[in-house]
Amino acid sequence: MNQKKTWTIILVLAAVLLAIRSFTGPGMAKVFVEDQRFAFKQAGEKEVDGAMKPAFEAVAPGTEGAIEWTTESEVPPRAYYAAEAASPGQSAIHLSTSRTIGVWVAALLTLFIFSFLYRDNPLYKFAEATIVGVSAAYWGIVGFWDTLMPKLFGAIVPAIVTANFMPGLKEEYNFWILVPAALGIMLLCRLNRSVAAVSVIPLAFIVGTTSGLKFVSYVESDLLAQTASTMKPLLVAAPALATGAADGTANGLSLGLSIKQALIFVGVVSGLVYFFFSVEHKGIVGKTARVGIWYLMITFGAAFGFTVMGRIALFAARCEFIFDDWLWLIDPTEKRVVVEAAVASVNALLPVLPGVGL
Amino acid sequence: MSRQLAIIVTLVAGVLMVVSGFIKPTQGWGEDAAEWFNILAAMAFVLGAANLAKVHLSKISSRDAGWGFSAVTLLAFAVTLAVGLFKVGVNPMPAFPDVPMSGGKDAEGSAFWWVYTYVLSSITATMFSLLAFYVASAAFRAFRAKNTEATLLLVAAFIVLLGRTFAGVVLTGWIPADSDWAFLRFENLSTTIFEVFASAGNRAIIIGIALGVAATSLKIILGIDRSYMGSGD
Repeated sequence: MNQKKTWTIILVLAAVLLAIRSFTGPGMAKVFVEDQRFAFKQAGEKEVDGAMKPAFEAVAPGTEGAIEWTTESEVPPRAYYAAEAASPGQSAIHLSTSRTIGVWVAALLTLFIFSFLYRDNPLYKFAEATIVGVSAAYWGIVGFWDTLMPKLFGAIVPAIVTANFMPGLKEEYNFWILVPAALGIMLLCRLNRSVAAVSVIPLAFIVGTTSGLKFVSYVESDLLAQTASTMKPLLVAAPALATGAADGTANGLSLGLSIKQALIFVGVVSGLVYFFFSVEHKGIVGKTARVGIWYLMITFGAAFGFTVMGRIALFAARCEFIFDDWLWLIDPTEKRVVVEAAVASVNALLPVLPGVGL
Repeated sequence: MSRQLAIIVTLVAGVLMVVSGFIKPTQGWGEDAAEWFNILAAMAFVLGAANLAKVHLSKISSRDAGWGFSAVTLLAFAVTLAVGLFKVGVNPMPAFPDVPMSGGKDAEGSAFWWVYTYVLSSITATMFSLLAFYVASAAFRAFRAKNTEATLLLVAAFIVLLGRTFAGVVLTGWIPADSDWAFLRFENLSTTIFEVFASAGNRAIIIGIALGVAATSLKIILGIDRSYMGSGD
């Protein structure tokens, strides 16, 4: 039997098991939501930035002439079970089709990505192609609604923007904003080879502002701040409460904190000496640089350990999503257990032992 | 001509940003330039989108290998763009119920929120979690205590890994927490490594990076480094 057949059998088997799991017992991957209805009706006008705008007040849903909409907020399945137990057939808490499909999509995409651990395959490539398209559009939309709409269009056509998209925005013209708009259009000229040369001007602006911004921020928050944190007295006074304690504190000085400060100072200086390549690493410079390498190796080791732990935590979170939110095989946060019912059932089993129960 | 103009634009923009960081009355100029930069960066997304479409459309039209995945990319891109641009499923803000598009683009329950929650964040989190396997397998192959430096790296990683797990805490749990030897407990050793050695090493790296960034920025602002303009400089 070739490999293709083996995988087909495995996938069909998985699909059958998922179907059984979905349609038997409590099912799986269901997301329940609670509706919240909003209704507002116009009640006169109010002045906003010198202009009269309609004022609204909240009214009871169903009021004639009111603007209404419904929002859904996710609730744990146990809330649905409790609501159904209290009032069978209720509609306040119900299954959300879109979110349930979302859990399935997220779970399948997660498995597609994990399939790369076996080897590169079409399912992984599908997930990869999806994420490229989605993330490109996502950041484009974030840029459009968070920057272009309020800062560019809001400054050129504020009346249109406040009336249709951002009513809270202050109506203020700022025609200086046409400069970055023009630079932006020049940047788009890159798409046409005959006028692509002009795109170097906005690029120069981007590079210039980034260089200036980074120069100031790096010098201020990294170079000066880190140097200031290092240039501290090597003899550190003990905190008031710890004076006289058995942790090496003597004569008002903390031995532990002083050693710590000295080790940090030595580490920073020797590390910087290692990075200073204008002098040959020989003699005292070489020995100091070697100490710097030791510090850097410990730093990289710690960073490695920390990164691995972070990634494992992420992996655990994805596994929890698969087994808890999708398959409903585990329930660490008791999302699906009706606690009161569970307590009552345990208590019902223990009538013979007086005083024992939950 | 455009190259010389570009050098002047870089100089003016860069000097303006530096000056505005030090002289208070010019702070507003710097803020304006930063806002212009944000607008320009947002418009650059249009360029990126156009480029993405161009590359994948040409792959589809020429039926290159894997053109189907290019179609998936374009479809995902178009759908996300449409639901985000038209705020599909977004309710108005309670303060402005008469403006249907006043709600946030990523309000819970909207189509854009759905794409972010169930597609984007799921895939990115899974991709990052995959690195756990590759980092661990690379370490298994590369970590050898061949010399002092490699041993220090190995030991530091080992202590940090153990110090942040339940197993590590249990292994040295027999050392009383209030004794003079409590510093030998894995969780305390891990904290010491971070607070003393890694802190010092990171500071040296950060100071080195800051000096490098400052030098490179000055080279770009003063027109010495013109590599951003492409070949020939």
